[in-house]
Order: sequence, then structure tokens, then C-alpha cells
Amino acid sequence: MYDFQFARPTSLDEAVKALSAEDAQALGGGQTLIPTLKQRLAAPEVLVSLTGIRELRFVRRDGDTLRVGGTATHGMVAREAAAEFPGLAGMAVRIGDPAVRNRGTIGGSLANNDPSACYPAAVLAANATVVTNSREIAADEFFDGMFTTALDEGEIITEVRFPIPERANYQKFEQPASHFALVGVMVAKHADGVRVGVTGASEDGVFRWTEAEDALSGNYAPEAVDGLTVSADGMIGDLHGTPEYRAHLVKVLTKRAVAAS
Amino acid sequence: MPKDFGIGASSKRREDVRFLTGKGRYTDDINLQGQLHGYFVRSEVAHGMLKRVATEAAAAMPGVHRVFTAADLESAGGLPCGWQITDRFGNPMHEPKHPVLAEGKVRHVGEPIAFVVADTVEQARDAAEAVEVEIEDLPPVLDMKAAVSGDGPLVHDEVPANLCFDWGFVEDNRDAVDEAIRNAPHVTTLELVNNRLVANPMEPRVAIADFDASTGDHTLYLTSQNPHLIRLLMGAFVLGIPEHKLRVVAPDVGGAFGSKIFLYNEEVACMFASIQLRRPVKWASTRSEAFVSDKHGRDHVTKIELALDDDGTFLALRTDTLANLGAYLSTIGSVTPTYLHGTLMAGNYKTPLIYVNVRTVFTNTVPVDAYRGAGRPEATYQLERVIDKAARELGIDPIELRRRNFVQPEDFPYATPVAVEYDTGDYGAVLDKLIEIADLAGFEARRKQSEANGLLRGLGVNTYIEACGIAPSNLVGQLGARAGFYDSATVRVNATGGLVVMAGTKAHGQGHETTFAQVVAEMIGIDETMIEVVQGDTAHTPMGMGSSGSRSIAVGGSAVVRATEKIINKAKKIAAHLMEAAEADVDLADGTFTVAGTDKTVAWGDVCLAAYVPHNYPLEDLEPGLEETAFYDPANFTFPAGAYACEVEIDPETGKVRIDRFAAADDFGNVINPMIVEGQVHGGIAQGIGQALLENCAYDENGQLISASYMDYAMPRASDLPMYVVDHSCQTPCTHNPLGVKGCGEAGAIGSPPAVVNAVLDALNSGGHKVDHIDMPVSPSRVWQAMQG
Repeated sequence: MYDFQFARPTSLDEAVKALSAEDAQALGGGQTLIPTLKQRLAAPEVLVSLTGIRELRFVRRDGDTLRVGGTATHGMVAREAAAEFPGLAGMAVRIGDPAVRNRGTIGGSLANNDPSACYPAAVLAANATVVTNSREIAADEFFDGMFTTALDEGEIITEVRFPIPERANYQKFEQPASHFALVGVMVAKHADGVRVGVTGASEDGVFRWTEAEDALSGNYAPEAVDGLTVSADGMIGDLHGTPEYRAHLVKVLTKRAVAAS
Repeated sequence: MPKDFGIGASSKRREDVRFLTGKGRYTDDINLQGQLHGYFVRSEVAHGMLKRVATEAAAAMPGVHRVFTAADLESAGGLPCGWQITDRFGNPMHEPKHPVLAEGKVRHVGEPIAFVVADTVEQARDAAEAVEVEIEDLPPVLDMKAAVSGDGPLVHDEVPANLCFDWGFVEDNRDAVDEAIRNAPHVTTLELVNNRLVANPMEPRVAIADFDASTGDHTLYLTSQNPHLIRLLMGAFVLGIPEHKLRVVAPDVGGAFGSKIFLYNEEVACMFASIQLRRPVKWASTRSEAFVSDKHGRDHVTKIELALDDDGTFLALRTDTLANLGAYLSTIGSVTPTYLHGTLMAGNYKTPLIYVNVRTVFTNTVPVDAYRGAGRPEATYQLERVIDKAARELGIDPIELRRRNFVQPEDFPYATPVAVEYDTGDYGAVLDKLIEIADLAGFEARRKQSEANGLLRGLGVNTYIEACGIAPSNLVGQLGARAGFYDSATVRVNATGGLVVMAGTKAHGQGHETTFAQVVAEMIGIDETMIEVVQGDTAHTPMGMGSSGSRSIAVGGSAVVRATEKIINKAKKIAAHLMEAAEADVDLADGTFTVAGTDKTVAWGDVCLAAYVPHNYPLEDLEPGLEETAFYDPANFTFPAGAYACEVEIDPETGKVRIDRFAAADDFGNVINPMIVEGQVHGGIAQGIGQALLENCAYDENGQLISASYMDYAMPRASDLPMYVVDHSCQTPCTHNPLGVKGCGEAGAIGSPPAVVNAVLDALNSGGHKVDHIDMPVSPSRVWQAMQG
């Protein structure tokens, strides 16, 4: 990696200030950023670690909402959301391996918006709200294509508020090498309807499969999506699967998520 | 009753104490006083003219000592190939120069162009980014069929149609095989790919070169399987360093799988730089560099035709293979797809007529060379796949079809039509053992259970033959080998009875420190802890060819036996003197010399002491001391064989294959350490399953390696593998080496890929599905695609 300055603020205000410096870069758990730095593919002047801010590290229930702090690790969510929101905990517990789960954070994952990451599917399906140091962003407004989000320069994810659905399940079909999602589908049944978040599949990043949502809102059963097809147009094609294969998996995993929820 | 020491005992691996407690000493653990660090500028394009390499800016950067390019290395030779193949028309193969640093052209992504040497790695890397490289892109040569068509671009201008050679084996059989296939009642044809692999040993390659100008001594610390071979190649062929002034040391080596046999550009550059700069120079590969610079493995495209009689008797076999050499001929890149592959095409069967045609092709990819099995997995895979296909076509049970064609116990020694003679074996017995340990009787019930769960279950059973310890040297010399294939050991007994075995082989994870000690302990009847094994240092071991091709116990172990026999013979003379007896009457057992028919005894330690404190000693007849060296050149290969069974479950909705059961019955002849043998089989199967299901070294249309990290190159994980059932109780001892051993290092990787793929195809031909063929790796997407028709 190239040389950089390192800051580890202990309060949100200090972090915001540190990130206002030129070429400053926020660091969550570093599970994507550190390998990128090691390959010399990024060269920030200042690396601002957010993990020293105690107030961002929590998982707690607040009425019908599960509130997850921006630097809560996947391991924390896997353990501490298990009773309140098992669909989310079940997703978190299959991210990476224990070392990754003990370092990687929800804020880091969402801000990076890797098209194969698991969290974006959960945030979309749960209709969560992404809270930052300056505003609240609805899930539908947050993701903006591969590796792109609504976040402004220097904006920090402080919290994610998940309305707890009646039923939810995440199905991940692993890419054989990375064990990222080749396709991942989160289905969440809310009082006012069903939402389906799909990751790994589309060249536009995470998306909602609205036809399935409509069908499942009317009949919450795997068979409800039998008659639907997912178009391969715009799906990712690579060494690990064709667009057609990914489109096919979206449907298979949606049905399985409904059955397992 | 299992033994608790010596041959046949599962002695714990003594080397594991240091490996498992972080005390292993690997090459990267070595740091020399005044050491500099090197970093390579590598080609980012697959094929192009090297127009300009400007190093001035880089050379002026902080800490930089020198930036070397091809122009600096004019005095150095190219990297040699160790085996000259003669093509089927009698011409020698093309041997284009393999430069240490790219000369005039770049021929693969990752090819070293410049070598920056600086005080620290970071400084060298910073300066490497400042080296200006101007390349005029040329269209890359990637697809082998297009490469040999004759009208595309050329990797080497002097090699027409990118064809290194066109090899026929055995050429004299060609017409007879053609005729037999023409006239056969049934011919099964299959075209398949043996996928390119990256070795991925846990420890990446490292080199430290240290030239001492005050003595003229050159020392190279290297991650190597064969330090003597490296010394010979680097010293005599590339840098002109006499062998007595070049020492190569391979400390603990953390896995290799063949990839650390070869002489590489990087260690030559380090030595050259050390000579120029009068300082030690270290280079340590990153994992990313390893993907584009470690020699790759496999990469064959083969058409195989098996002619059968109506009753399933094999009549003839013909293969037509394109084998990828990559951009340059690697150290044994020419022999891996030829003699190490063609000689195995008879498998375990009495096919009377066989013809193997291999065309080796230069492409703009990383050079390809030996990887665990080296030619033999390629042979086994195509043969065992085509047999299953023939069984489906003829409606004969695939196990029965194999059994009908086995070489029978009474046929040994059996001369195959592909120029080797199997000394011994019992393939039916091994297959029977497999059927028992794999519980094949329960397969149909398990299949019904899987189907009830919505899954497809398939069974793949195959046999394999392996050939270990290339030999003998005079024969392989006639076939083009430029080295001998003996191995060596020196046994140095100390005055108090302990001894050191100095071996010409070099373990890189196999546990030779334990097994060689077991052999000597058995022969003398002393405790294993009295024996130390030294290896990997040309200054402390006799010239040997190192560890590759599962040769160490069969060849190196035999040298240990011969040297120990010499020790025992001399010790008996000393004992006879001490006991005032005739030498012929002296026996050695359990570390004690006795005289037949008397109660006279003398202990091993007393004889050793007498050898070094020769106060009461026949000095007029016998030199003092107890140290002997033996070189062993085998009379033949050894031929391990086995039968493997794999059961898979496939999720028809996703194409995901799960290996549910895997069983291996092997005949390794006599076994020194059953635990170590089982470990080797486990590791080999894991790598075979890796090839069959997961690993895929893939290039895009521009010659960029797209599986260049673990994000895209899928290595087998524990969760991808079942617990294996392994057995090696069927033992037909090798007839021509003193231990009766055959070698076990590669068997698992040779026997397992066809078992996995045949199981997948069996599943995909059940439940109303029909899939004729699928290539490795059998990824979920490929299975799903195949099921779509």
C-alpha cells in the first residue's frame, strides 16, 4: 500500500471533521478497503477509522424497529438480531468467515454497495432507513447502481433502522470462489405487503423484483411466483454464471426464501 | 497388530512439531545482513513488441540500487528445458529462447520485464511503478486450435504455427491403430478439456541470492523441491557459475505440488543482481504475482476414441491431444504432456493397440508444466471418461466393462503397447476392496432417498494406474532427458551410535524426516530418535534429483536402504573383529550384533564407538569411520494402482454438486508409514476434487487472466469435501526396489477427477435426464446449462 495518514476519532463530530480533509477516506471493518489498499488500487491521504466511535456500535430493538449502529459488525448482527429479526441474523451469519464477520461492518458494506454483497438485499427487502450524520435516506433512494450510493462525500452511516417484518428469509447461492452471493434473495413479508431484494444478479446492482412482490403480496406461497420469469437482460455474465443462469436463480431462490421464511 | 516403530508404523511426523508451533524455517524467514529487496515490473499485456523500457526515473528514486532489464542480462543464457522431445518425423522440438527478462517482445501477462533492487520492498515497488514501459500490442495467441491453424499470429516468430512439436507414441503403431478403429464394431468418441490449474501452494515462492565477492561463493536460498537440479541448471546453463562455487539451500518448503521443481526467471535475476551489486538480494512473491508467474498445470484438449468388440473387449485406443505449453518451454514442460502422459494411456487394461498423438502449442499464457500428477491425471481422466461413455453406449455396467479388460495377475510383468512394463499388480482385488469400503451395494437405496428429497444421485467408479520414479537413466536419456533420474543418500554414523541420513531428495511437506528415519531404524533395529534426516542443501547432501513425481520413497528411499546396507556390512566386519568371529556368522537384529551358535553379543553403539575410536580395530583391513554413500538408479518405474468411487448429489434446480461419499482403494505396494500415506491420499483427492468441481484458470479474449485471485479462482475448502474412506491393504510389492514400495504422492489427484465427473454424469443420466458430456470444472452453472440441453 501507499503511505497514508491514519485517524481514529472517538466521536462522530471528530470523524466528520477528519473526513472533510482532502482525499480522506472512511474505513469501516476494512474487509474491502484494506485489500484494495494492499493492491495499490486506492491512495487516500487520510484513512479515518470509524470503529473507535462507541456510539455507532450497537444492535437494539426499538418498538417494531431493529436499530443497527453503523459500525456494528456482521458477527454482532448475527448474534444480537437472532431473536428479534432472524431473517437478518441468518443473512449476517453467512457473510464471509468468522474473521470477516468480526471485522466487517454494516455501514461499510452499504457504503461500498458491492453488487454481490448481502446487506443491500436485506435493506431493500426490509424497507430499512439508512441514517447518516446529516439525514435519513429511504432504502429505495439509497442504492444507485454498482458501488454507487446516495451518500455524499464525507457522509457517515450512523445507523440502519429495519422495520421488523412478519416473516423474512435470505437465500444466498454462493459464487464458488469468493463465497459472495452469485445471487442472493431476501424476501420480507410486511403487514402492508411483500418486498423482494435481489443482490449479485444485476449489472445495475441490488434491485427489487416487483412482479414477485405483487404476486407474493396476494398469495404468500412459493407457487405464487411459478408463472413469473426473470429476464436475463442486464444480468451479470461472468466466469461463474451466465445472465440466464443468474435470472433462473433469482426465481429459485425467491421461492426457497418464501418457503423458509 | 500395528507396529509402533520402523517400517509399517504410523509414527507421528517429527517435522510437524515445528510446523504446527510456528517454528518452521521457510525461505522468507531468512534475512541476511545487508540484504536488498527486488521487485519485478511485469507485462500487463499478453503479447506485444517491447518498444522501450526507460529506467532512469526509477533508478533515481529513494533507496534504489539498480534497475535491471534484458540489456543488462546479455551475458546470461536463457532458461533451459530439461528434456528434448523428438517429433514423429524425427526432428528435434523447437526451443525458442526463454529469457530471464523479456527481450524485444512480451509473451504473457506477468512476464518479467525489469527488476528493481532497492533497500526495501516498498521502495522497489514504488520505483517499479516509475519504470516506463512502452509496448505495441500484438493480437494474442490463446485458443490452441486457432494457434496451430497456421494463419494466425505467432508467439515465437521462428516457430511455425506455434507448434513446438508433433509427437506420436508409439509412432510405429499408428497405422495398425487406425485400421483397428476403422474395422471395429463399436467406437466411442469423446472430446474433452483438461482444465488449466494454478498450483497455489500455501507458501509462495521466495529467493535470496548471496554472492560473496571475498570468496567467490554464491549461495541461493530458494523455495525448491530439487536444489541440486537448480544448482546444475542455473550454474551450468544460465549464469556460468561452477557448481563448487554455487550452493543452493531449500529450507522448509510449504507445499509445491510440482510448481517448485522448475528454474524460474526470478531466482536467476536475484543471483545476477547479487553478483552485480555485491549484496544479498531477496525477492518474495505476492499471491497475486504467483497467479501470473508460477507455472500453471494441465490445459489439454483431447479427442479420444476407444474401439470395442460387441462384448466390450477393448480393441484399440487413439488420442489426439493439443497440449498448451504457454509462452515458453518450462523446465520439464516438454515431457509432462508426452512421456509422462502417453505411457499411462493403457491404464489398467489390456488394450492391444494404442496410439497417442500430442501436439504442443505455444500461446500467450503463463508457461505450463508439471502439477501434481503431471501428465498422468490427463491420461487417466480421458481414458476413464471414455470407458464410462462406452459403457453407456453399449449398455454394459461400467464396473463390469472395466473388469473385463483388466490386466490379470498372471499377466505380470505386462508390457503395454505404450512402451512400459508393469511389474506387478492385482486390479481385480483393489476393485473388490473398493466395492466393499464404498458400500456400493447400498447405492441404489441411497439414490432412492436422494430422489425422494428432490435430488439426483450419481455414482462414478474408475481405476487408475500411476507411474512413479522415472527410470532408468540410460533409457530416459535415449528418450531425450538431459538429466539422470537416480537419487542418493549418505549415512553418517556418529561415534555414539546416532546417525544422520543426508538425502538427495527434498520433502516439501511429505514427512521424509519421519519416513526415512523409520526405514533406517527398521534396518538397524535402533530407535527412530537416533536418526536425523538432512535434506535440501547442496553443501550437505549428495547430488540427487529432489522430490517430484512421487519418486522420493521409491528412488530416494532405495538409496537410503543401499547406503544403510553398506553401513551394516562394514559394521558387521567391525563386530566380527570385536567378537573374534567370522564375519559371515555375524547377525544384526534389534541393534545388537550376535554370532550364530554362540552367546556372544556386541551392541550397535559399541561398534560405532570402535569405528571412531579404533583402539581395538582391524586397521590393516578396514578404514576407520562409519559413513557411506549410495546412488540408486531404478530398473523401472513403479506402478501404483487403485480404484476410486465417488457419489454426488445434484440439486437439479441450481446445478449445485455436493460430494456425498468418496472412497479410495490404493495399491502402493509396501507402506512405510500408513498415517502419512493416508494423508497423501487425502490431499491428492482434495486437489482432484478441486480440479473436477472448482478450479478454473481462465483467460479472457485479450489474454488477461480473469481468475487471478481467490475472488475468482475457487480452491477447495473443507466444506466442499466429504470425509473420505481410504484403504491401502491391497499390496503387491514393487518387484525391483529393495523396499517393495511404489509411491503415493500423486495418486489421489490422478484417480479422483474422473470419479467425480463420471458420478456427475451418472446423476445427470438419471431421473429422466440425459446429459452426454460435461467439462471440468463441473460448476453449478455448467451443470444447469448442460441440463437445459
